[in-house]
Amino acid sequence: MAEEVIMPGWKRWLEDIGDQVGFFFKFLKNIFVGGFEWSEFVRQCYEIGYRSMMLVGITSFIMGIVLILQLRPTLVSFGAASMLPRTLSVSFIREIGPVVIALICAGKIASSIGAELGSMKVTEQLDAMEVSGANPLQYLVVTRILATTFMVPLLSVIGDAIGLFGGFLALNIRDSISFSLYFTKVIGALDFTDFLPAFVKTIFFGFAIGFVGCYKGFHSNKGTESVGIAANSAVVTASLWIFVIDAIAVQITSLLFYK
Amino acid sequence: MAEAQVNVEPRNIRKDKDEVVISIKGVKKSFGTKQVLKNINLKLKRGENVVVLGRSGTGKSVAILCIVGLLKPDDGSLKVFGDEVAEMSDSELKQLRIKIGFLFQSGALYDSMTVRENLEFPLTRVLKIPDHAEIDRRVEEALESVGLLEAIDKLPSDLSGGMRKRAGLARTIIVNPEIILYDEPTTGLDPITSREISELILTIQKKNKTSSIIITHDMECARITADRIVVMDDGEFIAEGSFDDLHKSNNKIVASFFKDIS
Repeated sequence: MAEEVIMPGWKRWLEDIGDQVGFFFKFLKNIFVGGFEWSEFVRQCYEIGYRSMMLVGITSFIMGIVLILQLRPTLVSFGAASMLPRTLSVSFIREIGPVVIALICAGKIASSIGAELGSMKVTEQLDAMEVSGANPLQYLVVTRILATTFMVPLLSVIGDAIGLFGGFLALNIRDSISFSLYFTKVIGALDFTDFLPAFVKTIFFGFAIGFVGCYKGFHSNKGTESVGIAANSAVVTASLWIFVIDAIAVQITSLLFYK
Repeated sequence: MAEAQVNVEPRNIRKDKDEVVISIKGVKKSFGTKQVLKNINLKLKRGENVVVLGRSGTGKSVAILCIVGLLKPDDGSLKVFGDEVAEMSDSELKQLRIKIGFLFQSGALYDSMTVRENLEFPLTRVLKIPDHAEIDRRVEEALESVGLLEAIDKLPSDLSGGMRKRAGLARTIIVNPEIILYDEPTTGLDPITSREISELILTIQKKNKTSSIIITHDMECARITADRIVVMDDGEFIAEGSFDDLHKSNNKIVASFFKDIS
């Protein structure tokens, strides 16, 4: 029906940036205008949070084990095997846990949101919602973005705990350490400046995952292949955003806490 | 969340049969370099069923998308209930859309919701009816009128093509629209189901006194539902009249639609 207007890549890129900014302001406006969809928000928290818990848990557990097994030979060669719990907790809580869990969520959640909204667009469900006088942004976008912003930090905290527990089990394969001693060392190695910046950046990771998923799905084309493109593009873009946010967060944290 | 229930009564509208509810004058619409609507003129009167016949890709769907404000015409005037659609604010457009039902070609049922939830959606989100008993009553009444009450708790994926169309139609009529726009309501259905849907469209018109624009290339649907038929080709209306008038037309394009009709 609509003939594609061919425009240069840079112009399309700029137009896309403009669309994303516009989409962000529409999202902000729709949080406060016209009522909040609580039941859909709770449903999305369940879909996004609870249904991702198993994947996040297993991945974090394995990461905890692998990190201990990889760190051990190096630290043992320096005679610093007792540093293993401390090294794991600082690296896991500050960086590895939040970033890897966010990347897993980007793969699972951003793709699922992108594909769901993309297929709703292809099958005219978004148009049907709009012509009925309902607001698809309020019902579909606001709830999903807020649910990811709320649930990804929660998943990250749970994943961190499971990862550290995995580390405890891995440590007991070759060495012997009691649960209470291990967790005393793990918690003792951490302070406020480890927890807070890591937690705050997962809020931004969650927002980026939800926002990118919704934007890609909402702005997909109308062919069936667009659903796959929207899902794929959502994962790639959200993953990229996670690294960009992480780089910015590290700079801010260094300036504020590690002078 | 606690918003007032939306009043769907039309504003000071004369409800006589000659009242024009949709007036389209010289509407043009292009996508890139392709002009899809070249010069569209149409008047839809209250209680009238107008069928728009045309081959695929002639701009029929674009025309009705302009009526509900999903697309903006490049030129011309498109008035619904006397108000210019292109000049409406978001809230005015929302009010207008409550009065216009739209049946999409695919039915466009919300996949993640049951039939009941699909029908409840416009009642709770658009009309903001707070009374659950009233919502249940209207849902059951709408489904009964399309003969689909037994599928009330089914998901769209469990429905056949004809049932999806019926459920879509029930969701369209549940808010009592004054105008219904049908985008190829019988496409993809077997002849028996197509006929049932066409008869249902006619029943809804008689019962609810709705005005309708029905886009189709199904001649049986046109014969059953049309008070008036307009034929569209290459972005323009090329003929207009009753089914019998157009049946006798010498125009090659018009005649090609009627060639298999005895």
